[in-house]
Amino acid sequence: MARLSGWGRTTSSLCDDERVSATDAAAALASAGARGLLVRGSGCSYGDAALNTGGTALTLAPEDPTVHPHGVVVAGAGTSFETLLRTTLPTGWTLPVLPGTRHLTLGGAIAADVHGKNHLQDGSIAAWLDEVVLLDGAGRRWVTRPGDPEFAATVGGMGLTGMILGATLRLLPAEGTQLEVSNQRLPDLDQVMAALDVAARRSRYAVAWVDAFARGRGVVSEARWTGSPCRRSYAPAQHLVAPPVPLSVVTPLTARAFNAAWWRLPGHERTSVTTLTSFFHPLDGVRQWNRLYGPRGFLQYQFVVPDGAAHLVGDALGELTAAGGAPFLGVLKRFGDASEGLLSFPRPGWSLAVDLPPTPGLGAVLDGLDTRVAAAGGAVYLAKDARLSAELFEDMYPRVKEWRDVQTRLDPEGLFRSDLDRRLGLVRRA
Amino acid sequence: MRDGTGRWGRVLVLGGTSELGLAVVDALDLQPRAEVLLAGRDLDALAAAPLPDGVRRTCLHWDATSPGAAAAVTDAATQGGDLDLVVAAAGILGLGAHEDAGLAAEVLMTNTAGLIEALVTLAGRLRSQRHGTVVVLSSVAAVRPRRSNYVYGASKAGLDAFAQGLADDLHSTGVRVLVVRPGFVHGRMTAGLPAAPMATSPEDVGRAVRLALDRGRSTVWVPAALRWVAPVLTFVPRPIWRRLDL
Ligand SMILES: Cc1cc2nc3c(=O)[nH]c(=O)nc-3n(C[C@H](O)[C@H](O)[C@H](O)COP(=O)(O)OP(=O)(O)OC[C@H]3O[C@@H](n4cnc5c(N)ncnc54)[C@H](O)[C@@H]3O)c2cc1C
Ligand SMILES: NC(=O)c1ccc[n+]([C@@H]2O[C@H](COP(=O)([O-])OP(=O)(O)OC[C@H]3O[C@@H](n4cnc5c(N)ncnc54)[C@H](OP(=O)(O)O)[C@@H]3O)[C@@H](O)[C@H]2O)c1
Repeated sequence: MARLSGWGRTTSSLCDDERVSATDAAAALASAGARGLLVRGSGCSYGDAALNTGGTALTLAPEDPTVHPHGVVVAGAGTSFETLLRTTLPTGWTLPVLPGTRHLTLGGAIAADVHGKNHLQDGSIAAWLDEVVLLDGAGRRWVTRPGDPEFAATVGGMGLTGMILGATLRLLPAEGTQLEVSNQRLPDLDQVMAALDVAARRSRYAVAWVDAFARGRGVVSEARWTGSPCRRSYAPAQHLVAPPVPLSVVTPLTARAFNAAWWRLPGHERTSVTTLTSFFHPLDGVRQWNRLYGPRGFLQYQFVVPDGAAHLVGDALGELTAAGGAPFLGVLKRFGDASEGLLSFPRPGWSLAVDLPPTPGLGAVLDGLDTRVAAAGGAVYLAKDARLSAELFEDMYPRVKEWRDVQTRLDPEGLFRSDLDRRLGLVRRA
Repeated sequence: MRDGTGRWGRVLVLGGTSELGLAVVDALDLQPRAEVLLAGRDLDALAAAPLPDGVRRTCLHWDATSPGAAAAVTDAATQGGDLDLVVAAAGILGLGAHEDAGLAAEVLMTNTAGLIEALVTLAGRLRSQRHGTVVVLSSVAAVRPRRSNYVYGASKAGLDAFAQGLADDLHSTGVRVLVVRPGFVHGRMTAGLPAAPMATSPEDVGRAVRLALDRGRSTVWVPAALRWVAPVLTFVPRPIWRRLDL
């Protein structure tokens, strides 16, 4: 038994943790007890998606990925994005979707159908997968492809259709060694959103950081590859380790001060050339930065709403500060078309993500936002969530009914379980 | 399961009409659509018990004194999912039990035997869930029985010893136990009795339990000062204790 938690560290959970190689995965199915089993990647999901309290949480041993010259990588699900980048970059290719950390695994990326700062132009990871190899709850091995129902249920399926053993992923040519990043500093949310909309169409990568304490003023960053075509090794530096602290260093006061200082950073009004790590994975620079929120941890609230409900972005920022919350920098992204994943999060519109220490009354504010996000046809991201209610989940993910049909076929005995599933009632149980 | 903001999802109250049990539920931070399961003898009274807005109510038949009731209530309560919290609130005062053998047996069967049987069964489930919390409503009377109702004191002493042992037994299984030792609480159980010093209200008990749960405590006295007063009472010499009209 080990005590595990999500990246937000709000809940800890006792699970049997085991590491198996992909070849032993079938044997692990047979050993599942009454509380079922789950495959866990690197535990970069914030809430309870990768927890299975009282049951088994397996991790798959990483395997060496193989890059094919036509720009395709074949890799085991336990392989981290860091390892994938180390393998692909020297051959002139990069990963098509780069979430905000390099520590996640390929399996976790597929199970959450992750997105990057290029969602508007390039979609989520589902759009780049040629094949996903799945071991289902009945011990059957599937090689699923786009268009298959098993593919649509597994990509974004939060690990509940079976064990993803590996995948074939199309790559993006690394057009340069570095990124040319242009920043614009803007005084309010309306201007930030207008600028981000333009930036996301103009440049492959675009994101905005917004300050909830100051009417959503923010910095819009857009980036494209630059320099000679990349053929170099990938060696992200990591210098700092955050210490464990007895109390959260993030309070309304410090969050306000940090956001203001960030907004004023001189780099935030010019164009510069930077590395992949500092543009895509700035937070990875400090190891275990999540410990800075103290023993009670923190929540990340990420939602997407269609263009017609764009005002919910500003409403959310306003309500979170008004309620005495301490929203750290909000991250705003522009989303394009949804993938075929039946439980996938990204859909056209605006996505906002904020990190929040659990202050009193926060639950009620977030419940209120959930209701409006759901009514607008939006959704909360399951990979970040630790508190959504089962009822609103159904409204946010209307394709869950189709998903359940495929899921019960793939896991007729209900072997795969997670705390997220227990909380939201994802899997239909007799 | 408690969610990321610490809110409770499924709560079982043994003694579902208990004033203190319901005051605990009222004080808790519950998920907006939390399920509260009320177990007791009188289904109509359970259906009418006051619960916070929005929560889903499930009423379960359970009589602490009837054989086999523990297994049945455990099965029924765990059918719909994991239990996050069990509040053991059933109990009778049994005034005059020291002169009425039948009543004495009923007090022990309710407060001690029946409740312990239910808690043993439920603890087994919680242990395999690897999470959950048990709140046991003991009493100061468990520490210092009063001459006026020492059968009750004996029944609570038995329950209290069980709860302490359970807490140790469940240590590091992910399941926690909170022993609550209220003094005199104004309410239905004590209606018509002269109030003892340091009397409190059901709401005080609810608040104290919530705070103790949030802080991860294993014992809470209500009011808090009893924690120091009660042990002192146990040192009061017997001749004096006998003469105190408590
Ligand atoms: C700093 C930071 C920044 C982030 N930025 C982004 C971002 O920009 N975009 C984005 O989309 N996400 C982002 N995330 C979230 C993260 O990408 C997802 O939570 C991802 O799922 C984590 O992958 P993991 O390998 O750590 O999986 P875990 O967190 O361990 O698990 C996540 C889910 O995947 C399932 N799973 C994992 N491996 C397998 C497998 N082999 N077979 C079946 N199921 C499996 C688990 O059961 C669980 O349901 C970020 C997270 C952090 C910490
Ligand atoms: N009030 C105090 O001053 C005080 C002080 C210290 C400790 N306590 C303890 O706190 C707990 C709750 O007390 P309270 O004040 O809330 O009392 P209460 O309102 O009288 O509640 C007692 C509960 O026990 C139930 N019960 C009695 N016999 C039962 C049986 N055989 N099977 C199932 N349920 C049975 C009752 O159900 P019915 O509706 O069916 O009768 C009722 O729900 C008790 O254990 C009590 O000993 C109370």
